[in-house]
Amino acid sequence: MDDIVVQVLIMLVQVVVLVLAISTGFAYLTLFERRLLARMQNRVGPNRAGPGGFLQPAADAVKLFFKEDVIPTLVDRGVYLLAPALAVIPALLIWAVIPFGCLNIAGDYQACFADPATNPNLHNIFQLADIDIGVLYLLAITSIGVYGITLAGWASNSKYAMLGGIRASAQLISYELALSSAVLAAVMMAGTLSTHEVIYQQMTMWFVIPQLLGFVLFLISGTAELVRAPFDLVEAEQELTSGYNAEYGSMKFALFFMSEYIKMIAISAIAVTLYLGGWNAPGLELLGSLMTGMAGPLVGSIAVGLASFLVFLVKVVLILFLFVWMRASWPRVRYDKLMYMGWKWLLPLALLNVAMTAVFVVVLPDALIHSVALFVASLVVMAVAYVVSSRVKPAPSRSRIKMVQPEVPRRPSS
Amino acid sequence: MKAEGTMIKTEELQINIGPQHPSTHGVFRMLVTVDGETIVDLKPVFGYLHRNHEQIAEVNTYLQNMPYTDRLDYFNSMANNQAYAMAVEKLAEIEVPERAEYIRVIMVELTRILNHASALGFLINDMGAWQTPLAFGMREREKILDLFESTSGARLMCNYFRFGGVVRDLPPDFVPRLQSLLTGLPTFIDEFERMLRENEILRIRSEGIGVLPKEVAISYSVTGPVLRGSGIPYDIRKAEPYSIYDRFDFDVPIGTVGDVYDRFLVRIEEMRQSKRILEQALKQLPDAEGGHINPKARQNIRPPVGDAYTRIESPKGELGFYLVSDGGQTPYRYKVRAPSFINLTPLSDMCRGYKVADVVVILGSIDIVMGEVDR
Repeated sequence: MDDIVVQVLIMLVQVVVLVLAISTGFAYLTLFERRLLARMQNRVGPNRAGPGGFLQPAADAVKLFFKEDVIPTLVDRGVYLLAPALAVIPALLIWAVIPFGCLNIAGDYQACFADPATNPNLHNIFQLADIDIGVLYLLAITSIGVYGITLAGWASNSKYAMLGGIRASAQLISYELALSSAVLAAVMMAGTLSTHEVIYQQMTMWFVIPQLLGFVLFLISGTAELVRAPFDLVEAEQELTSGYNAEYGSMKFALFFMSEYIKMIAISAIAVTLYLGGWNAPGLELLGSLMTGMAGPLVGSIAVGLASFLVFLVKVVLILFLFVWMRASWPRVRYDKLMYMGWKWLLPLALLNVAMTAVFVVVLPDALIHSVALFVASLVVMAVAYVVSSRVKPAPSRSRIKMVQPEVPRRPSS
Repeated sequence: MKAEGTMIKTEELQINIGPQHPSTHGVFRMLVTVDGETIVDLKPVFGYLHRNHEQIAEVNTYLQNMPYTDRLDYFNSMANNQAYAMAVEKLAEIEVPERAEYIRVIMVELTRILNHASALGFLINDMGAWQTPLAFGMREREKILDLFESTSGARLMCNYFRFGGVVRDLPPDFVPRLQSLLTGLPTFIDEFERMLRENEILRIRSEGIGVLPKEVAISYSVTGPVLRGSGIPYDIRKAEPYSIYDRFDFDVPIGTVGDVYDRFLVRIEEMRQSKRILEQALKQLPDAEGGHINPKARQNIRPPVGDAYTRIESPKGELGFYLVSDGGQTPYRYKVRAPSFINLTPLSDMCRGYKVADVVVILGSIDIVMGEVDR
């Protein structure tokens, strides 16, 4: 009985800490993005509030809190109020199954690195719930997020918002399949749906090597899932004046904003978990054994826990950097071309990747051999796709612009 | 064939893009009828910035109008100044000294680079690239504006030209500064071109979009880079060389398709050609002290009765001033032929059949300034 109470208490603390940490992470991600964008554009970026602009997120939050909460007269009130919540809740729920480190409070760091099937002695407090269908859960939850956007667009009773909402649903249909198929191939490599086990299966080799194609597809469709640049059609400022959230203000707008950025961290975390070995890095085990030898098993597992969290953080920030970089560089894809790309390129490639993975895993049972084979196959497929796509749309020729010397009429001599 | 009753009922939607919209480059409104995301019809509505420019110019003296022309196309005040100064000079038969002509050409060609750098930045920004290309273009623009500031005292509203020359001579450090700017310029142009020229998304967004066929372009009397993008080698600097443009060696870039991409590339090439002109002008610049203005030219003039029309190749197209004098202190009639305004007229033809997202890109590729459209 006491055991259950303790467990529930631990879980509650975990949930509260996690939600607070993610909200803070969101706030500082905005600062990270703004500073980084500024650097890429020869600007300085926000640096007035606090040292190095460190308090800028706080200032922004305070500003948004004190804005008047306007609800336009002709909106569908219930749905209008529900939509921001529908956007932000799934973004938070994603985090339930993501292991962002491995701190075994049972005091045995080795449990983190042992086969989960034969090792029940793992109580990782850096993961809220290691459920058996973790990856499936991730896919299910991420796709709920679009309802918030679509409903916001419909409920706002505004033409711009409605176009944004329609775009959101069309975009999601085009990308969800490619995203799931990419994830499916990684799951086939791991042979499990549990996120912790997926990481365990990557102890010898990160899945980014055999699943190179899958990783690229995941990043592309993940960006579309996030409605981030260059797929930010839903809130295209230049076309739809921020689209679906045009009629939202104050904290309701902040919630949409929050959901986008939390999802951005979450998609990065999923990419890290599925393809980049999660919180694991070479040397963690060595650190654990050293610390255990020096100061006992509890310190050892805490050291491993903190180090693994740091590793996870570094990897996530690298992918976040990629997202910001893309936003700084590329124009926006057009609505119909996005669907064209989703259906005619990403989905076939993702299916091919699934088929390839299945065949190689079965035909070549040895993990190293089929990984290398898949890596080579991925490279070949990507090269072929590149060649084919440049055939479909050849590079612009230099002769597109002609330099001419029009005849100069003679001036009448005066 | 489905029965009528089972079809989903669809409706065309009317959207106002503007007058308050981030991509309309000012207070410009497009009444767009869309079917889904496809443009069925587009009706440009303007006049929100109308400020009676031509009427007011008729109660101002000739000189008072000079700073007023700055406000037309506020990106290119030097070019506006030149067109107006030339009109008055033609009307009052004022001679312009050699050195002044060179200074004028240098200023206007700098203006062309400045305008194209920022226009292309805005164009890519309209495509959704988050301000990075714009920031690159603007950085180059700032360098040129520094030169303008050192010469005329103002960055945007230069008011530098006078009848018979320019208001003051170039500052002593102008030539070396311009030379160092010119050495850096190819790097900027190449970098700007390389950044996105072959980018897949930019090409998707611009190739075959907003095609303006030659005949349509001519029938709407479109000018400037938009016309040249459609493949017509018409450049007033060549067609009717004014000032001293017949002394320079430069090419006219023309497009082959007439889409947004061609207009993008034509503008990039034009920056290179402007740089060529600038280099030649610097080499030939006569070193005559005080030769920046015709000393006999009066500024507060009463031109003889008559009329004059002059036109120049402003960065946006043919900029013309038509002046009628009744012998008094103020023009009897003052008319501006604004390239932005005329180039805007084929907008609905260019947009029909494309998507909502293309409208802002096509508008960006025309490169308008509302100060000139509504006068």
